[in-house]
Amino acid sequence: MSQAQPRLRAAFSLGVTALLVMGLVASQWLLGDSPQQMQFDARLAPPSVEHWLGTDALGRELWARTLAGLALSFWVGCLAALLSTLIALSLAAIATLSARLDALVSLLIDTLLSVPHLILLMLIAFALGGGTQAVIIAVAVTHWPSLARVLRAELWQLRQAPYVRISRALGKSRWFVLHGHLLPHLIPHCLVGALLLFPHAILHEAALTFLGFGLSPSQPAIGVLLADAMRYLSGGYWWLGIFPGLGLLLMVLGFERLSSHLRRAL
Amino acid sequence: MLKARQLSFHFAPKVPLLQNISLTLCAGQWLGLSGDSGAGKSTLGQLLAGYLAPQAGDVTLDGEALPKSGVQPVQWLPQSPELAVNPRWRVGKILREAWTPSDAQCQAFGVKAKWLTRFPQSLSGGELQRVCVLRALAPGVRFLVADEISTMLDPITQVELWQALKREAEQRQLGVLVISHDTALLERLCPQRLHLSEGQLKPW
Amino acid sequence: MLTIDQLSLQLPLYTSWWKRDWATCLDEFSLTVFPGEVHAVVGASGAGKSLLAYAIMDLLPTPARLNGQLYYQGKPLNASRQRQLRGRELALIPQSLSALDPLVRTQRQVTWAALRAGQPSAHAWHASQQALDHYQLDARAQQAYAHELSGGMARRVLTAMAHVSQAKLVIADEPSVGLDPHQRRRVLDALRELADQGKSVILITHDLRHALPIADHVTIMRDGKRVETAPSCAFQGTGSMLLSAYSQALWLALPDNAFAATTTRRVEQEAHVA
Repeated sequence: MSQAQPRLRAAFSLGVTALLVMGLVASQWLLGDSPQQMQFDARLAPPSVEHWLGTDALGRELWARTLAGLALSFWVGCLAALLSTLIALSLAAIATLSARLDALVSLLIDTLLSVPHLILLMLIAFALGGGTQAVIIAVAVTHWPSLARVLRAELWQLRQAPYVRISRALGKSRWFVLHGHLLPHLIPHCLVGALLLFPHAILHEAALTFLGFGLSPSQPAIGVLLADAMRYLSGGYWWLGIFPGLGLLLMVLGFERLSSHLRRAL
Repeated sequence: MLKARQLSFHFAPKVPLLQNISLTLCAGQWLGLSGDSGAGKSTLGQLLAGYLAPQAGDVTLDGEALPKSGVQPVQWLPQSPELAVNPRWRVGKILREAWTPSDAQCQAFGVKAKWLTRFPQSLSGGELQRVCVLRALAPGVRFLVADEISTMLDPITQVELWQALKREAEQRQLGVLVISHDTALLERLCPQRLHLSEGQLKPW
Repeated sequence: MLTIDQLSLQLPLYTSWWKRDWATCLDEFSLTVFPGEVHAVVGASGAGKSLLAYAIMDLLPTPARLNGQLYYQGKPLNASRQRQLRGRELALIPQSLSALDPLVRTQRQVTWAALRAGQPSAHAWHASQQALDHYQLDARAQQAYAHELSGGMARRVLTAMAHVSQAKLVIADEPSVGLDPHQRRRVLDALRELADQGKSVILITHDLRHALPIADHVTIMRDGKRVETAPSCAFQGTGSMLLSAYSQALWLALPDNAFAATTTRRVEQEAHVA
């Protein structure tokens, strides 16, 4: 059945993901300020019935902090992926307008792809002074090239399609052809592309924060949690690193699966 | 009058496809063009419709170059209608992309009202080809380049399509270039016929 | 040789995002092919001809609903037997020239077909050489890659592959498309020759005129249904030997004949009654 109905499977994983995300968002509301609440009688407590995932050096509940971190990562990832897709789409659309613009966009894509992501990320985030906004902008600005390349190739191929050329011959403007014929065709590509960018964005956000260039240490971001955990790892406090890491991994894998299902269905 | 003067065209510099081709198509004239596969029939058709630019020579309409924008007076009709329509558009939107044909015109071409709300994938090749031909007959169109448009159709649909086009062309004095490898079909349709081989045109 | 009994085929068709309909592509289609004959299946594009070939070879896309029965040499032809026989006793000459491996020279390609048919590897190269010579493909064509071949040459390579596999049933899907009359003649003659060797050939084409010179029987197909099976000699004169009004109209509508659609009214009525 799952083989015969790719759309059913995609709908299923879409539903599961939507439920999880809704749960994540709702949990923030219910949690209140518990991620920040310190319990000095239970510092560095291992996982137990009382402290589900254990506590950190200041006695803060790790499960609450992990959930809060995931929610934060989700918003950052969402915004960054969305921005990235918008940049990719508009650049790909601009590239179709003339051969010179296309060369320019191609050059930009190649240049960005040839520079290691993380270094560029650090530079941009550092230049913007850190914080949530800086991380979102830095991730968005560095992640669009691969998607832009796919969209551009797709557009170039589509421009040669008989129906597009006939549309021009029937007196339709470039603008009409772009939004009437070309862009609707790209919606599935953009959707899948954005979903594929999302885990990347989250991972890079975490990495950036872990390295100290991203979100401020006072926020319970996954990167902050992991960086914190590093200091206590040699002391045998394994739960500090494992659980936030596992949460991040599950979220990333979940979105990867969703995007691969969607790609097959669309 | 659509006139091609001394057209030369090649895809690769050392392999000339068309050499010094001249051709005139008058209003109301049906001209047949035959030739082996790969001889450049389709290329010549696309040059006349302005889809390709020749490396030498020019195509003129009443002595002037083809317009750069607006509804092109020379319309090209490709072989496979499946590729000539946007698969995301409903048939009604496809048909009315440039103009809205009257009910009588729809009827003449056998385009049924119930197709209009459907997607092109659910129409057969013959049905879709009729929609494509009617779409191209916008006001202001004076010449048609029909590139093997009935090749994949069954004989009955083929006859119906050509009869409808013949009536419309007569009314509006359209000039039609019929490209086909089917010599029997060309003999039926076109009083004047040309054969393209090795980059040269010969009447037959 | 091959009997197709009441074969029905449905394929999924998305009418909107979630609504999935089943489009009927073959509708209780029956056909019998005898050894030593060319049986032409003629219909317009979208009539379900290629799907018929895929159904016989078990090459249909996965979400397909297939009903009815196939018999090959008297025994039911099920999926496992199809898998075992195709490439050996059943051969398909596909419509798309992209069926040739673009990374392999012609002769290797034909040798693979010989190996698949169970010929010993020492003999396969020799056999492929013979087959290629037989179809007048010169040394240059034998060493060429698929994209260097012309349409007619590529068809003959595909025919050589069917020839070398020693298949008893050959299905040729639109072998005459895109070929000039001279090339077409050669490809069709090659098919006739296979039949004259005692094999069965199913020739799938949209153009009745291509099929008539070499076919023994012609089956006219319309919207997945069989309209009529007639001997090819019935297609002559005014078509009075044809039983159904549709095939008669089809014959008369050819540009070589009346090129008229006068009889189509009756055909529409016939379709309505059916």
